[in-house]
Amino acid sequence: MIRLPVTEADLHAYVDGVLPAESAAQIEAYLAEHSEDAARIASYCEQTAALHRAFDPILDEPLPQRLEVPRPVWARAVLRYAAVVAWLALGGVAGWHLHEYRARGLVEATTWAQRAAVAHVVYSPEVRHAVEVGAAEEAHLVRWLSKRLGASVKAPHLGDLGYSLVGGRLLPGDSGPVAQFMYQDGKGQRLTLYVRRDANKRRETAFRFTRERGVSVFYWIDGGLGYALSGEIDKPALLRVATAVYRQLNP
Amino acid sequence: MAELRALIEEQIPRLRRYARALTGDRSLADDLVQDTLERALTRFHLWRHGSDLRAWLFTIMHNIFVNQVRSRLRHQHEALESDAAVEAMRVSEPDWLELRDLDSALAQLPHEQRTVLLLVGLEQFTYEEAARVLQIPIGTVMSRLSRGRERLRAVLAGDTSVSPLKVVK
Repeated sequence: MIRLPVTEADLHAYVDGVLPAESAAQIEAYLAEHSEDAARIASYCEQTAALHRAFDPILDEPLPQRLEVPRPVWARAVLRYAAVVAWLALGGVAGWHLHEYRARGLVEATTWAQRAAVAHVVYSPEVRHAVEVGAAEEAHLVRWLSKRLGASVKAPHLGDLGYSLVGGRLLPGDSGPVAQFMYQDGKGQRLTLYVRRDANKRRETAFRFTRERGVSVFYWIDGGLGYALSGEIDKPALLRVATAVYRQLNP
Repeated sequence: MAELRALIEEQIPRLRRYARALTGDRSLADDLVQDTLERALTRFHLWRHGSDLRAWLFTIMHNIFVNQVRSRLRHQHEALESDAAVEAMRVSEPDWLELRDLDSALAQLPHEQRTVLLLVGLEQFTYEEAARVLQIPIGTVMSRLSRGRERLRAVLAGDTSVSPLKVVK
């Protein structure tokens, strides 16, 4: 039993369903005689119901990738640096062996495609700082990167394939600045397009493919620029995107 | 560690629901959840095994949220527009209208009232649990709940004469 008179706290306890049956009955008797309070309490009950209608669907949504329980920060940092060190070591070893080859063009291409893959591994897991300039400032991004590369670069639009532009950043390449554009699909899957200037303005190559530690890379040279599209998706899917990129850049 | 991850994972949908209602914005909400998870994992040694993990996580989230409000780190406008567009596509029309009304009404509550109202009404914390999560006396929980519900009622009824800046201790 609750003590009379009925308090504001009692009324809220009634709304929240935390009163024993007997006390709830007391409140109901009180409300039957106090129509203003009754209207107020009915409205509070409706608020709770509306909150559940509006926000309960979130409980059943699939979690975005970034909310999978992260490893402790230090562990992720260690893993990331380990990944970078491993990539650099791989690059070094590959570079050492490839040094012996005479086919210099191929060596160069392999090296920069690897750099593109490293850049993908380093930046694509970033949540807050994935890009330096976001897609909202696309025009500025493209002007800035074109200016720094000394060549006209474009950010292809891949919306038809489900990927939207996240933004881009400037990176150091083996022989000057390079650009990286990042794309993301609805599930948070990210692709990066790495663009560098090619020493030979007239050289063109077919698509080449390489795969290192789960990262697939299609790379090609076209119109004085080298492109490498990296992603952790399967080869046919990545090829579809690479083809779309190529077509957009060569309308 | 695997057990801990499973325990925390169980709580993520509710953390998201609360954060979404609290911030009124999908991406801000997920930022808040993400910050909460990261802080929880780095401070897990502070959690007493067997105590209420949900209340502990909500306490962490509340502290982060309050710090963000204080330092005015909410870049709301930019995110809101794109977010609204996404939700417009996802949610069927009537639900979407109600959600939008509720979002804008909740935004007109001082955050002290909004947190209490959501923890009790949406997350179904008891008054004692809400007091612990918010680190305030239970009497304060009750007065904020009362004022919050009354204000939300007034806003939803179209009465904007209730001052949004009323400070409630």
